[in-house]
Amino acid sequence: MTQVENGHPERAPGRDGRRRRRGEQLVVPDVEFTSYYGRPVIKEPAWGAPDVPGYLFLGGLAGASSVLAAGAQVSGYGELAKVAKVTALGAISLSAVALVHDLGRPERFANMLRVFKPTSPMSVGSWLLSAYGPLAGAAAVSDLTGILPAAGTAATISAGLLGPGIATYTAALLCDTAVPGWHEGHREMPYLFAGSASCAAAGLALLTLPPEAVRPARTLATLGAPAELVAKRLLLRRLGDIAEPYETGRPGRLLRAAEVLTVGGLAGAVFGRRNRVVSALAGASLLAASALTRFGVFEAGMATARDPKYTIIPQRRRRGMN
Amino acid sequence: MSIDPARQAGYLEHPPRMGFFTDTSLCIGCKACEVACKEWNAVPEDGIELTGMSYDNTVGLGASTWRHVAFIEQSIPVGPQTSSSPAPPASAAAEGVRWLMSSDVCKHCTESACLDVCPTGALFRTEFGTVVVQDDVCNGCGYCVGACPFGVIARREDDGGAHKCTLCYDRLGAGMEPACAKACPTESIQFGPLDELRERAALRVADLRAAGQDHAQLYLEDPGDGIGGGGAFFLLLDEPEVYGLPPDPVVTTRDLPSIWKHVGLAAAGLVATGIALGLGRRPR
Repeated sequence: MTQVENGHPERAPGRDGRRRRRGEQLVVPDVEFTSYYGRPVIKEPAWGAPDVPGYLFLGGLAGASSVLAAGAQVSGYGELAKVAKVTALGAISLSAVALVHDLGRPERFANMLRVFKPTSPMSVGSWLLSAYGPLAGAAAVSDLTGILPAAGTAATISAGLLGPGIATYTAALLCDTAVPGWHEGHREMPYLFAGSASCAAAGLALLTLPPEAVRPARTLATLGAPAELVAKRLLLRRLGDIAEPYETGRPGRLLRAAEVLTVGGLAGAVFGRRNRVVSALAGASLLAASALTRFGVFEAGMATARDPKYTIIPQRRRRGMN
Repeated sequence: MSIDPARQAGYLEHPPRMGFFTDTSLCIGCKACEVACKEWNAVPEDGIELTGMSYDNTVGLGASTWRHVAFIEQSIPVGPQTSSSPAPPASAAAEGVRWLMSSDVCKHCTESACLDVCPTGALFRTEFGTVVVQDDVCNGCGYCVGACPFGVIARREDDGGAHKCTLCYDRLGAGMEPACAKACPTESIQFGPLDELRERAALRVADLRAAGQDHAQLYLEDPGDGIGGGGAFFLLLDEPEVYGLPPDPVVTTRDLPSIWKHVGLAAAGLVATGIALGLGRRPR
């Protein structure tokens, strides 16, 4: 893309005049656009790493672990259910810490529960978290201590029903912004996050338990991993030009690594189901892939906020000006 | 039929919607608005440095910059001052220069993304139809920052809260005009009931076009645009992006029904997965 300095009426340099770093792949066709001294049009979200991408990962891990715990409990995989419940409690506790830590005024965290606003995914998420957190906690504590087993089962099932909301609402959180690389992908992001969360939960179970005890986790991985891979492809296709940061630079590398680990993890989970080591390695791969995916999506979106071309060119096209 | 944001927010009886019409063709880049805003609102210092890019050392709107005067220098063919004049002159001597200056501010959108996404209710709609942050409620979550399609609102590093133009809510309540409009020596910044400002702006842009300013255009005055029209709107002499403004902003929450639908479907998929996992019996 060529930048026209300040609406200078002279046409911008064509292909020959364009500066291009060596080895840099030209993904987007050369489109002229004007900006104010190359300054971003929108503000980069005030969210930091690792707090926010970490929160996306941990929230997914917790939510999908609760789904796994409920499924495993009902189908008679007691050890798996226990591990998944403890995972859910640990992950949601850590994620809450990350969330509060990212606030500009952490001491006012409770103001999140001052109102309920369906127009704010963060408000919806806060209420969801405050319902889900105690349920996940009760499920884990009851299983570990043996206290109140009936209530524990009820909490397990309830957390399993709210967990999917925890795992996917974060897609709304990102997409309901002016950040082009997130907003324009809002039709695909929730499925990507659901798949990634499934991989994380399945991965942790595979990593910690012997293969014969984790059949539901393998099933979860065989459903989640393909869903994630397909959703990511569809997301990139939808984004078109705005997909550039998803495919280049650091976020591009993170997402490519995530894809390799997801495919490898899925293969290991399926074909290594009689081998403890292969199964555990597959689990670690899936878990790492999920984390890398969240960091990649986070950083790619931030990159589309920083560079004005991702805001200006699609909007001009929408107005039929390019 | 345009939206009445104050009524929508619950004010059954309310004063007329007030706003800004910033006519950039009258701006001389004096920055009196920036200074008056800082003085009246006690906005802290926002960096004293030279950018080296132009006479603009304020760079953009932010937590501690609620008015920002943009400065653009363009080379243009001598003759009528339009950037669309045909056939650039052959010799460099025939090149002219024009300066564009524009005082930017919060748009006080009819459909306001910052207000929609604020989880604490710190951002609210006033009886004048403007959008204001209650600093004693804001917990600094930063959601408004990424939601604003104009990059207006931001978080202040030292106090952790989000800040932006209030359209001098305190002055409006006392029947006064905002500090920036009061200070503007050329009436580039005009304050008043939005309906009146829109009528005035339509006449002004017609005059400028008749005088050969082919790119003169009103920006955010149309209630049918992607933010339902701005409570602050502009007359520009070139395309919006030249001034650092988005060419076709759309409030992100317009897509919220679609966003929640897909989140719901994805969550339902996970619930179904959980049920499927529960149905599989463990082999003995």
